[in-house]
Amino acid sequence: MELTGAEILVESLKKEGVHTLFGYPGGVVLSVYDVLFHSDIRHVLVRHEQGAVHAADGYARASGEVGVALVTSGPGATNTVTGLATAYMDSVPIVVFSGQVPTNLIGNDAFQEADIVGITRPCTKHNFLVKDVRDLARIIKEAFYLARSGRPGPVLVDLPKDVIVGRTEYVYPDAAKMRGYNPTYEGHIGQIKKALKALQESRQPVIYAGGGVVLSNASRDLTEFARQLRVPVTATLMGLGCFPGSDPLFLGMLGMHGTYRANMAVTHCDFLLAVGARFDDRVTGKLDEFAPGARIVHVDIDPTSISKNVRVDIPIVGDVKNVVKKMLGLVQAEEWKDWGANLAPWNEQILAWRDHHKMAYDQGPDVIKPQFVVEKLWEVTRGDCIVATEVGQNQMWAAQYFTLDQPRCWLTSGGLGTMGYGFPAALGAQAAFPDRVVIDIAGDGSIQMNIQELATAVQYRLPVKIAVLNNGFLGMVRQWQELFFEKRYSHTRMEFAPDFVKLAEAYGALGLRAERPEEVVAVIRAALAHPGPVIMDFRVDPEQGVYPMVPAGAPISKMLLV
Amino acid sequence: MKHTISVLVENEFGVLARVAGLFSGRGFNIESLSVAETLDPTVSLITLVTRGDEQIVEQILKQLNKLVNVLKVTDMQEGEFLARELLLVKVNATEQTKPEILRLVDIFRGKVVDVSPKTYTVEVTGDEAKIRAVLELLQPLGVKEVVRTGKVAMPRGRHGSP
Repeated sequence: MELTGAEILVESLKKEGVHTLFGYPGGVVLSVYDVLFHSDIRHVLVRHEQGAVHAADGYARASGEVGVALVTSGPGATNTVTGLATAYMDSVPIVVFSGQVPTNLIGNDAFQEADIVGITRPCTKHNFLVKDVRDLARIIKEAFYLARSGRPGPVLVDLPKDVIVGRTEYVYPDAAKMRGYNPTYEGHIGQIKKALKALQESRQPVIYAGGGVVLSNASRDLTEFARQLRVPVTATLMGLGCFPGSDPLFLGMLGMHGTYRANMAVTHCDFLLAVGARFDDRVTGKLDEFAPGARIVHVDIDPTSISKNVRVDIPIVGDVKNVVKKMLGLVQAEEWKDWGANLAPWNEQILAWRDHHKMAYDQGPDVIKPQFVVEKLWEVTRGDCIVATEVGQNQMWAAQYFTLDQPRCWLTSGGLGTMGYGFPAALGAQAAFPDRVVIDIAGDGSIQMNIQELATAVQYRLPVKIAVLNNGFLGMVRQWQELFFEKRYSHTRMEFAPDFVKLAEAYGALGLRAERPEEVVAVIRAALAHPGPVIMDFRVDPEQGVYPMVPAGAPISKMLLV
Repeated sequence: MKHTISVLVENEFGVLARVAGLFSGRGFNIESLSVAETLDPTVSLITLVTRGDEQIVEQILKQLNKLVNVLKVTDMQEGEFLARELLLVKVNATEQTKPEILRLVDIFRGKVVDVSPKTYTVEVTGDEAKIRAVLELLQPLGVKEVVRTGKVAMPRGRHGSP
C-alpha cells in the first residue's frame, strides 16, 4: 500500500511499540501532526523542545523502552541538542525526529533551516538525514535498533518536508541489517574465568557498579552475585539503585561526594570488579591513586570505555547482564561454597570505616537542612517512588540521603550534568507510569531552567511533585567559591527568584511552602495527597555544603569530611 | 609515533565528516588523509596518518570501529605496508635550469606533465622520504607551487614484493 512519509512514520512508531511521543509542532512537520490527529499514539505537547527530549529520556530510563520526541526544523531541532547530549553521555535510548526543509532547499539558508545532522553528530550515537521517502521505513527501523542495542544511546532522524509528504510503498523491515555495526554481547569465557580466578585470590574485593548495570537490566544477577560471595558493592551516581541501597553490603556512592567507606574501600581493595561503569573523573579523582593496589576487571559493552582512563588488568567486552549471569553460574561450583567467609576481616574493616565517619547533618530547631528534606521524602514515601533530580547540591543530597533499593527509579543527569533535566525527565517517567509517585528533587536555580513544563504537567495531568531545596544560591558553585575562591560569591546568589507557591498557582498547580523544620513532613504529606502536580518550596539553610567532598584532582581517599 | 590507518567505510554522504569529527572532537590530529571509492562502489577507503602514544592510538582505533558507518579499521605497521603519495610541483624553468630539472625528474622516475614558457610542472609519486628528497633538490631551482595528496597505503603481499 502506498503511504506518505508522515503515515509511514506513524505506522512505524506503532510497529516499534511506541505509545507516547513528546513533541512540539511547527511548519515542516505539520503533515506528521495531521496524521497524529487521528492516531492512537499519545502526543504530549511540551513547552520547549529541550523538555521534549528530556521527557523522552526520563520515559526511557524509567521504563526501559525507547523514548521518542518529535520536533520541527531549525530552532525546534537545535533546541534538542542539550537533551541529546544528556542522553548520549548517560547512554539512554531515545529517538528524536526533527523536521527539515525540503531537500532541494537544504544548504540554501532556507527559513528555519539548520544542519542538525552536522550539529548533533558528536552528541548522538548515530544520526540520519532521510533523502528519499523510499528509505524512510528502513531508517526508522535502524534508528530504533541502534538506540536500544549495544551501548544504548540517542539517535536523530532528520526528515525533510518532501520526504514527509512524498509517497511510497510501505514495507516495514523485520530486522535492521547494518554491516558496520555488530555489538559484542557475549563476554569472552576465557576472560570471565580469568576474572573469577583473580577474584578468588583476593581478600579485599569491591564491586564498582555503574549505569550499565541498570541499562542492561542486570541488577538482580549482580545483587545475587555480590550477596552470595559477600563482596561489598559501591555504585556510581548513575548506578544508584542497581544494588539495594539498604543492603549491609552496600557502601554507598563513591567519588567526589561519595561515602568515606566507599572511597576508603576502593583505595584499599586488592580487586575491583567494574561493571558497566566508565571511570569518570568525578569517580576516580587523581588517577594514579585510584585503587592503586587492585587488580582491575572491567566489564563493558563498549570497548572504547575500557582502558580509556584507568589501566585494566582483565577487560571483558560484553553485555553486563550476560557476563554477570555467566559469572553467577560459575560461582555455584563447590570451590566457591565457603569462599565468602574469607572476606570477614575485610567486611569488618569496612564497618570500622563506616563508624569512623557516618554521613550526617545537624538538624537544629530553626533552619531546615536540605538533607533533612531528602530524608523525609524517603521516609514518607518509604522510597516507593521514582526520583528525578536536577543538577548541583540538590542532586548530591538526593544521591546521598535517598536510599534507592530498585533500579530505574533514579533519573539524574550524570555525565553531562544538565541543569533543567529533572523536571521534564520526571514528566516522562510519570507518563510511562501514571500511577506511581514521581518526585523531582530540585534547586531553586535548576528548576528555573525548565519551569515552563509546569504547563505540560497540568495539561496532561502528570502529577509530578517538585521539591525545591531553595537556598537562594547556585549552591554547588557557591560551595566551590567558598572552598577554592575565598568566599567570593561571584554571581551565584539568585537575588531574585519567583514566589514558587504563586508560580505553581499561576500554572494551575498546587504550591506549598515550608520555612521551619516541623513543617516539612506536613508539606510532603499534603503534596502526596494532592492528585495533581505540586511545587514544594523548602526554604533551606543557604550555607549548607555537600560533604564529604574530594577536591577535583585529589585522590578519593583525601576527603573533606566536615 | 606515527600511524597509518586505513578505514573502510560506507560510501555515503557525511561519513568523512564523522571520521574527521571524531579526531577534532577529541583533539587528535590528522596529518594526512585521502579517500576514494573501492572496487565495490558502496564502500570507500580512507587512508589517514596520525600521531600518538599507544593509548591514544588504541582509543583512535576503538573509536573509529565504533562508528556505525565504519566497516573495518586497520592500523598498518611500519615496514609491512606500501605507502605512496603524489606530488605536483611547478618549477621555474630557465634555459639554465631546464636540463637539471629534467635530470632530477628522470632520477626520481617522475614526469613533466605541463610546460609553459617559464615553468615545468612535474609529477612524482613515492613514499614520504622520496617526496621530501625531490622537493629538497628542486627547491634551489625555484619552486613556484606545490600540491601533495595524502598518503595511500596497502599491506604488502604475503611474501613481500619489491
